[in-house]
Amino acid sequence: MHPAPSVIIFTVLSGLGFGFLAFVAAGALPVSGWPAVVVWGLGYGLAVGGLAASTFHLGNPQRALLAFSQWRTSWLSREAWTSVITLMLLAPMALSDWLGLGLPRAMGWVAAVMCVVSVIATSMIYAQIKAVPRWNHWVTPALFGAFSLTGGALLAGQVRIAAGLAVVLALVLVLAFRLGDRQFAARGATLGTATGLDRIGAPEVFELPHTGGNYLLREMIHVVGRKHARRLRQIAVIFAAVLPVMVLAVLPVHIGIVVAVALHLVGAFAARWLFFAEAEHVVGLYYGMR
Amino acid sequence: MTMLPAATEKKLGLLIDLDTCVGCHACVTACKGWNDQGYGAPLSDQDPYGANPSGTFLNRVHSYQVQPADGAPQIINFPRSCLHCEDAPCVTVCPTGASYKRAEDGIVLVNEDACIGCGLCAWACPYGAREMDADAGVMKKCTLCVDRIYNDNLPEADREPACVRTCPTGARHFGDLGDPLSAVSKLVAERSGYDLMPEMGTKPTNKYLPPRKKDRPDQASLLAPLLDIKATGFAGWLDKVLGKI
Ligand code: SF4
Ligand code: SF4
Ligand code: SF4
Repeated sequence: MHPAPSVIIFTVLSGLGFGFLAFVAAGALPVSGWPAVVVWGLGYGLAVGGLAASTFHLGNPQRALLAFSQWRTSWLSREAWTSVITLMLLAPMALSDWLGLGLPRAMGWVAAVMCVVSVIATSMIYAQIKAVPRWNHWVTPALFGAFSLTGGALLAGQVRIAAGLAVVLALVLVLAFRLGDRQFAARGATLGTATGLDRIGAPEVFELPHTGGNYLLREMIHVVGRKHARRLRQIAVIFAAVLPVMVLAVLPVHIGIVVAVALHLVGAFAARWLFFAEAEHVVGLYYGMR
Repeated sequence: MTMLPAATEKKLGLLIDLDTCVGCHACVTACKGWNDQGYGAPLSDQDPYGANPSGTFLNRVHSYQVQPADGAPQIINFPRSCLHCEDAPCVTVCPTGASYKRAEDGIVLVNEDACIGCGLCAWACPYGAREMDADAGVMKKCTLCVDRIYNDNLPEADREPACVRTCPTGARHFGDLGDPLSAVSKLVAERSGYDLMPEMGTKPTNKYLPPRKKDRPDQASLLAPLLDIKATGFAGWLDKVLGKI
């Protein structure tokens, strides 16, 4: 699949934002007054900025509000709803922290759970797609959830929780790579089943239907750039999960958080790029390239 | 509405005969031509006469080579367009309700006025049947020529899909695949018509007829007996003499 920058930025930043907001809403950072505005503003900025970035890959963004209409069947629509509901549920807690209203923390916990639900809804947009076997697995929501919470814990300076979550993230990442490599073959789709010509023998591509490019080749049959996949996988695990925890353990907290989050984001972007670039769509079978 | 109808009154679709298709791409051209002026935004082209042409098409013809276990290798031309699936994943993923499946005849369509161009439906289709139009920013797909098949302004003979109407070898058939007595259903039954990628669980309406088994002539060539000429008389004597020199 084509690794579109807008979608990579959207999923990484909104995931980080919702993860961070979950910790803030749950009361992990006891802030009040103007510091509360900065902290909550950062969380909202990441989450909303990420969602805004996602509209850049729409062909007709002016009709984006229609995307709320099909929540009965569409995960994209559900994601729109959960995101908006979560951002609204978070608002009273943000005001309470800022103005010292003393609203019960339980409200924050509900909002924190909804943050995670939003991230899972985002991941289901990909995980539901049977035609991309690598994504079509429970490991996809696990991966998005682990990234969001680990990034959130790092940004919230929760050193111990972050260390635990980073271990989980590293394991889920490695698992996602391993399982993912087997998924396409496990789905059983081949050029033979795609054309039905397995009835008479093993088919091979003789001529393509067009000599120029088309939408399918650009969007779903992304074959360039995978040669660095091994290196990028290592970078993803080391930067997203290993280095940030080591940095937080040695550097003083404030500077440590900045460096750790920066390192984590490098790993997160590498992992998300791979998530798209390594995902093979079954339509590639028709073209003899995946 | 992106909820799929529990059942459709008819299952209109195409039946493609891979035995007959000669790969002339006439259906590709006819489809492009009709859909440049009919339903929704015209199918656009980018850089059509330049070095890197690209465009939106609803029907594409691939060519494959197959070496059967017994018999000569075969070239098979393979038209690929929307299969109007019963369990259409492209419809259920659509966030806006632009994609829908009609309860009356099973045709899968896009309401372009509601499409935000997110492309998710094209991801969900295993068959590459949907292409985003680069000019209009909306999703295009085969309409089963819904603006021809019910069109009273057209002569009776033209009330079938443009690709079917134009196919010079009759490799494309149109009809109700839900009615066991229809001509297309009978062909499917007779010639073991099949679904593409059944493992994807989409239950396609369109079916494909497999290439027929090719004859295996027992002799290398029909002219073979004529090649084995025994010269007689003067020619035979000459043949013998020349052979000895
Ligand atoms: S072939 Fe693709 S676009 Fe057509 S109905 Fe099936 S899944 Fe949808
Ligand atoms: S591209 Fe249009 S038709 Fe396809 S899922 Fe998005 S809104 Fe629906
Ligand atoms: S039925 Fe119409 S829209 Fe569909 S492939 Fe044929 S000509 Fe194109």
